[in-house]
Amino acid sequence: MRQLSEKQFEMWVSAPRVAGKAKAGQFVILRTTEFGERIPLTIVQTDPEEGLVEIIFQVIGKSTAELATFKEGDSLHDFVGPLGMPANVKKYGTVLLVGGGVGIAALYPIIKELKKAGNRVLTILGAKTKELVILEEECRKYSDELIIMTDDGSLGEKGLVTNAMEKVFAREKIDMAWAIGPSIMMKFATMTAEKSGVPVYVSLNPIMIDGTGMCGGCRVTVGDAIKFACVDGPEFLGSEVNWDEFLLRSKQYGHEEAESFEAYQKEMADLG
Amino acid sequence: MAKRSYTKTYMPEQAPETRMHNFEEVALGYDLESGKLEASRCLQCKNAPCIDACPVMIDIPGFIKAIEDGDMPKAYEIIARYSNLPAICGRVCPQEKQCEMVCRLGRNKRFEPVAIGKLERLVADWALEQPIEEKSTAFDKGKVAVIGSGPSGLTAAGDLAKLGYDVTVYEALHAPGGVLTYGIPEFRLPKKVVRKEIAIIEALGVKIETNVVVGKTITMDEIQQNFDACYIAVGAGAPNFMGIPGTGLNGVYSSSEYLTRINLMHGYEFPKYDTPVHQSKNVVVIGGGNVAMDAARSARRMGADKVTIVYRRSEEELPAREEEYHHSLEEKIDYSWLSNPTEYLGNDKGELVGVKCIKMALGEPDDSGRRRPVPIPDSEFIIEADMVIEAIGQGANKVLLDTFPELAINKWGYIDADEESCATSVPGIFAGGDIVTGAATVILAMGAGKLAAKEIDMYVTNKK
Repeated sequence: MRQLSEKQFEMWVSAPRVAGKAKAGQFVILRTTEFGERIPLTIVQTDPEEGLVEIIFQVIGKSTAELATFKEGDSLHDFVGPLGMPANVKKYGTVLLVGGGVGIAALYPIIKELKKAGNRVLTILGAKTKELVILEEECRKYSDELIIMTDDGSLGEKGLVTNAMEKVFAREKIDMAWAIGPSIMMKFATMTAEKSGVPVYVSLNPIMIDGTGMCGGCRVTVGDAIKFACVDGPEFLGSEVNWDEFLLRSKQYGHEEAESFEAYQKEMADLG
Repeated sequence: MAKRSYTKTYMPEQAPETRMHNFEEVALGYDLESGKLEASRCLQCKNAPCIDACPVMIDIPGFIKAIEDGDMPKAYEIIARYSNLPAICGRVCPQEKQCEMVCRLGRNKRFEPVAIGKLERLVADWALEQPIEEKSTAFDKGKVAVIGSGPSGLTAAGDLAKLGYDVTVYEALHAPGGVLTYGIPEFRLPKKVVRKEIAIIEALGVKIETNVVVGKTITMDEIQQNFDACYIAVGAGAPNFMGIPGTGLNGVYSSSEYLTRINLMHGYEFPKYDTPVHQSKNVVVIGGGNVAMDAARSARRMGADKVTIVYRRSEEELPAREEEYHHSLEEKIDYSWLSNPTEYLGNDKGELVGVKCIKMALGEPDDSGRRRPVPIPDSEFIIEADMVIEAIGQGANKVLLDTFPELAINKWGYIDADEESCATSVPGIFAGGDIVTGAATVILAMGAGKLAAKEIDMYVTNKK
């Protein structure tokens, strides 16, 4: 367990079966305690020999806050995976990878595999401030070029990832792109790529419960079809995603999430 | 002997006004005295038709006689020879379409059949109160993997362990039981009953490994290498959506999601448990099966003001169990018969505000023998709703099947397995339950599990 920034944490979990099977783009579902909910988190990397799986998460509500209290030697109640389809990695030529915030953790394994597959890899990382740019060195290692964008200009250039994308598209031909980050960023990255006629994969992060295709809570409209992100994705072509529906569905438990988080924070405060 | 009563002995139930606000069990069960009284109604037929009508062929007159004699250990011993999950079956089997339908007493004018299900439940509940005996069998006959810990997988696992096999059950979710755990609600099947009945199977030496998604966490290759045989009983758990406009709106659920949030994740105890379930005022449930009843009655308990079941046929064709339908009426669930949704209506926040339906008329009988519903032109109407739950059936989950292309699949997407032997196109791989038949009943799934255990025993014995 390592703290990456005020709210971002890195954790290595011992799960030999998951470590032995995981591929870039897949995720796990975990439960902190017997009262916990099932939450999906991307697999950042694995150490199959040691049977370890790395996850990175940002504290945004009760479950992630609780996860951040775990210490070395503690056990998660449940940890299942790898789930979802692996990223569509092959040799495309020149690829552009765009990551935002904690989404960089999900982008990194794809960068690595695309480089290994012989692509020329251009990477754009974006975050609000310098402190929130995670895995910079790791991404740089597998990228032919790395551009950093921050909202406040505290690291790299000031501006949005889409500004950087436009510059890259203006300057050279990109064969395939990926954008992983907050939903709204993925939507605008898709629009930017579409303008230049570049296909872009996104990794969707809808609400999930089981993560194995048995409830449809994570359904998204892709093209004209209903797809379950947990088994058909999480990777889809951004141009086919119904973004407006996706964004509205992501917010459907906002009220309950806040209620749960407040109750947890009060409980923690009472415990001193 | 006292004269047989025409009707079944009364079983106490929670009053509708009370139970509408809790998730506790509705039917409270017989005590020994009422059980003995009911048992005395049995005619003790020689060639008892009830036995043949039971998918696992329990010696029904046998265990009923033991109840009448007050010998509960014997009654349990008889049932346990045939069934690994009697407390569950006594509660959820559609007895009116199985054992009780052919009961000779019930065939007489004015007589109701013997309450076989309620008597089975009495015996099984008695057994759950007894200490669990750990069996120390030497597992020397071979190793078998069971995929899925629903009623079919658990039954096969229990029978195989009794036969001397070293059995490992792989379950994708964090708790075993399949539909018994995530689907059927607490008020019909208390989870402590499910847990205890599973503990009895584990005491036979069956190992259950949760959080293992076969096809992802481990592969079918690994299973074939490490086990002498395998039983696939992964059920039919992938929800169907009607796919009408508005399916992406907030407030539109599959029954699987709604019931999983409530049953498996304890959403009704939010925020003690972390998984939320929406509190809705006007709930519409689409469908007429037991799952629709479960979803509607759960929504009622979650505090909805109005719950309406929209069913495209009429009361006569309703596939749900009679008992559940009556319970739903007592709990003031409304019905919109001969209606079918055509569109979900939303507001600018993407939230559901209404369900547009069309009136249906019944036409000629279809393949299933039921009269086919056809829409009546220009008969649209709107039901105000902030939640809609689709309970229109489930299909095969492809996660395992997609990674195992050698396995033959039928035209409906289910595993093509022989009905007589559960054998699939791959030697050593057997399959049964809903993944072969499509969504059916708990007891049929158990019947398939029993058959599979027998066939797997024959297969492994012959191979050696």
